[in-house]
Amino acid sequence: MRGPLLSACGVTKRFGGRIACRDVSFDLWPGEVLGIVGESGSGKTTLLNCLAGRLAPDGGSVTYETLSAGIVDVHHLSEARRRLLARTEWGFVNQDARDGLRMGVSAGANIGERLMAVGARHYGEIRREAIDWMTRVEIDADRLDDRPTTYSGGMRQRLQIARNLVSKPRLVFMDEPTGGLDVSVQARILDLLRGLVEGLHLSAVLVTHDLGVARLLTHRLMVMQGGMVVEQGLTDQVLDDPQHAYTQMLVASILPV
Amino acid sequence: MPDTDIQGSAYNYAYLDEQTKRMIRRAILKAVAVPGYQVPFGGREMPLPYGWGTGGIQVTAAIIGRDDTLKVIDQGADDTTNAVSIRRFFARVADVATTTRTEEATIIQTRHRVPETPLRDGQILVFQVPIPEPLRMLEPRETETRTLHALSEYGVMQVSLYESIARHGRIAKTYNYPVMVNGRYIMSPSPIPKFDNPKLDRSPALQLYGAGREKRIYAVPPHTPVKSLDFDDHPFEIETWTESCALCGSKESFLDEMIVDDAGKRLFVCSDTDYCESRR
Amino acid sequence: MYVAVKGGETAIAHSLELLADKRRGDREVAELSLEQIDQQLGLAVDRVMTEGSCYDRGLASLAIKQARGDLIEAIFLLRAYRTTLPRFGASEPLDTTHMVAERRISSTFKDVPGGQVLGPTYDYTHRLLDFALAASGERPSAATAPAEPTDRLPRVGDILQRDGLLEPPPARTAAEAQDLTRQPLVLPADRPLRLQNLARGDEGFLLALGYSTQRGYGNNHPFVGEIRYGHVPVSFVPEELGFAIEIGEIEVTECDMVNQFAGSHDVPPQFTRGYGLAFGHAERKAMAMALVDRALRAGELGEAANSPAQDEEFVLAHSDNVEGSGFVQHLKLPHYVDFQSELVVVRALRAEAEKRREQTVLSQAAE
Repeated sequence: MRGPLLSACGVTKRFGGRIACRDVSFDLWPGEVLGIVGESGSGKTTLLNCLAGRLAPDGGSVTYETLSAGIVDVHHLSEARRRLLARTEWGFVNQDARDGLRMGVSAGANIGERLMAVGARHYGEIRREAIDWMTRVEIDADRLDDRPTTYSGGMRQRLQIARNLVSKPRLVFMDEPTGGLDVSVQARILDLLRGLVEGLHLSAVLVTHDLGVARLLTHRLMVMQGGMVVEQGLTDQVLDDPQHAYTQMLVASILPV
Repeated sequence: MPDTDIQGSAYNYAYLDEQTKRMIRRAILKAVAVPGYQVPFGGREMPLPYGWGTGGIQVTAAIIGRDDTLKVIDQGADDTTNAVSIRRFFARVADVATTTRTEEATIIQTRHRVPETPLRDGQILVFQVPIPEPLRMLEPRETETRTLHALSEYGVMQVSLYESIARHGRIAKTYNYPVMVNGRYIMSPSPIPKFDNPKLDRSPALQLYGAGREKRIYAVPPHTPVKSLDFDDHPFEIETWTESCALCGSKESFLDEMIVDDAGKRLFVCSDTDYCESRR
Repeated sequence: MYVAVKGGETAIAHSLELLADKRRGDREVAELSLEQIDQQLGLAVDRVMTEGSCYDRGLASLAIKQARGDLIEAIFLLRAYRTTLPRFGASEPLDTTHMVAERRISSTFKDVPGGQVLGPTYDYTHRLLDFALAASGERPSAATAPAEPTDRLPRVGDILQRDGLLEPPPARTAAEAQDLTRQPLVLPADRPLRLQNLARGDEGFLLALGYSTQRGYGNNHPFVGEIRYGHVPVSFVPEELGFAIEIGEIEVTECDMVNQFAGSHDVPPQFTRGYGLAFGHAERKAMAMALVDRALRAGELGEAANSPAQDEEFVLAHSDNVEGSGFVQHLKLPHYVDFQSELVVVRALRAEAEKRREQTVLSQAAE
């Protein structure tokens, strides 16, 4: 049997005297979607950045099983290898699509960048691939040569997803991917993400403050408060039968739909 | 001992003091050892303004000796004012023979062109470089571009070429066209027209690039592969003209266009004046 | 036949001649002496020495004369001379506590040990043109005697520091500071290197940046802890002697800016410093430099750095007026090879666009 794809062991991060996350451990299995929930300031985005190699933790380790080189310690890789990993086997979907896109170049160039970064040099094929991904994330292929500045918020988010998935990553980190979008737009993106994750057999770590999003997309859930994981388990179990007082409060604060 | 007299006060041979020359030579050696890599160097204030060739002048001053024959061109021509001014400068401070003939020169300092006459072993071509960083317009931060070079992360450069085709139907970059040197570093060939890029590839001459304001030196040693970036289905191409030179009839050289009367009549002549004269 | 590109050599020779003539102006008017420039345009001399990084009033006066009063050109001339000079070593750090101050003010305290000494300043002049100056004729010497020089003028900063209210100045390191005129600027830069860059930086550029921090682009609540201007001794340790000897005196203006700092979890609130120093009497420069120095410390002090004055790469890469002036003006050089290349491609693109338009018209007509 294969081992976990990503493992966190005692991950701790401080900012000055403040502890942003403390002693977080978990395993992420292939094909699994893990949700991290908690209110803002609970340390979930810091944790995500530590997991994705964007922020060096002060304690603990993050290991990842690569396709070719076996298990690696994410924070002991050379910067070159970590960045290569980040643009090939991994994806990162930012809350604000502007942080994840090149706003000054066309949608096609945005999607094609990862392909070109690993050596694609056929313009026509890069375009075909870009059009294919535009279609898969439900953006009209006519908009291929338009810049994301001319796109709506929802379209930008879908473009960011396409830009990440074009390199066929195995693991995607998502930071509030539907935050800041209208409710109707959110629903379409969630639908899209669910289809893609299942269809591509992706593993994902998803940070959200929205328990509805967590229920829809994740298999397993970690609840964070003040930098600590206070509860974890299968998503339905955690949401339907919360054990920790903080989780109970979070669940209770959702308006019944 | 200072042995050359400029305006009543003593300056060293070839203007720069010997310590500075040694420092520049060390930078040049490093640049030759790592083709296409931009070596930071302690660029000096020169008596000519920044942006007017101070990088090239410092490189030339560091390598020139009394046995050299110097040719200076700007826009391919020996008689443009800036070329004249730099040639005069070296004739004065380095007591060196000057020439306009490409074949006769041991050092050729140039701005914006590579001579049409093929270069040979032993010649050194010194380029004046305004912006040495080929990724600068895509990424303004030095700390970031340095990382991109170190990690060979060049996707962003290809993105800019892709974008050019998407917008114009072809790669519309015409000068300062980026090249890959020895399969490792992306390099700015300085603002030469892309017409000249093929001449850089496996050239028998040593190419030295000096950027004074930005304080960088880089080099392409003789016989080093230099590839202009492109796409398989949009291969690199150079400019062509339907006209030929009005003076020498050349159809192969880079032509300058001139407006010769008020009616807007055009005339095309070789940009390389030495090449043109030698054919007449 | 076409001749416009010919004759560069003669043209330059003529241009130089015309320039020399223009520089001299009307021969009926007496020629300026270097002493006159030094004595009567002293603040211009100060600026040229500061941004030219060379303390020599005579050379700076010569540069101003040769540049016809164009100070950036004069700075350029002085730097191009300075760069050829051999470097014997670095002096000992100046100790401005031992300044013989002609002027010394603080805006943080009404009175400070050593007193507020106004000295010669434009600050309280009425900016009315003094037509008496238009006429020639000598003025009587000042009736006011300069302030009594004291041996030691304590710093306002030291007083605040004693109470822990102000951060201590950075510790002196044994390593000699990097010399920007000998080594390229490497980013990120440390503070000594930044200060060196700012000291050479263009006064106007720093003024605008410093000003921008006061208008909300990176505010750091500055107070003038102290400005002092006067003579300080310069000491040097010759290798063969092994101890410091005084080799002369220079005039400098120093500005200690005191800035608010909220503190953090670990560090209680404390005032922080910005520092400016210029040759001669140059308060505007020293103050602007101090504001920008403080703004560039945003990262180190854990502040958000979103404004131009806080952006180290932006500030340090564009502060030098000799570099900037050269690169802006190089646009006057011929660019016809590049332009020719652009012409070729723009024509080709236009031709293609035209062809597409015609095809569209044709296909529409066919429908």
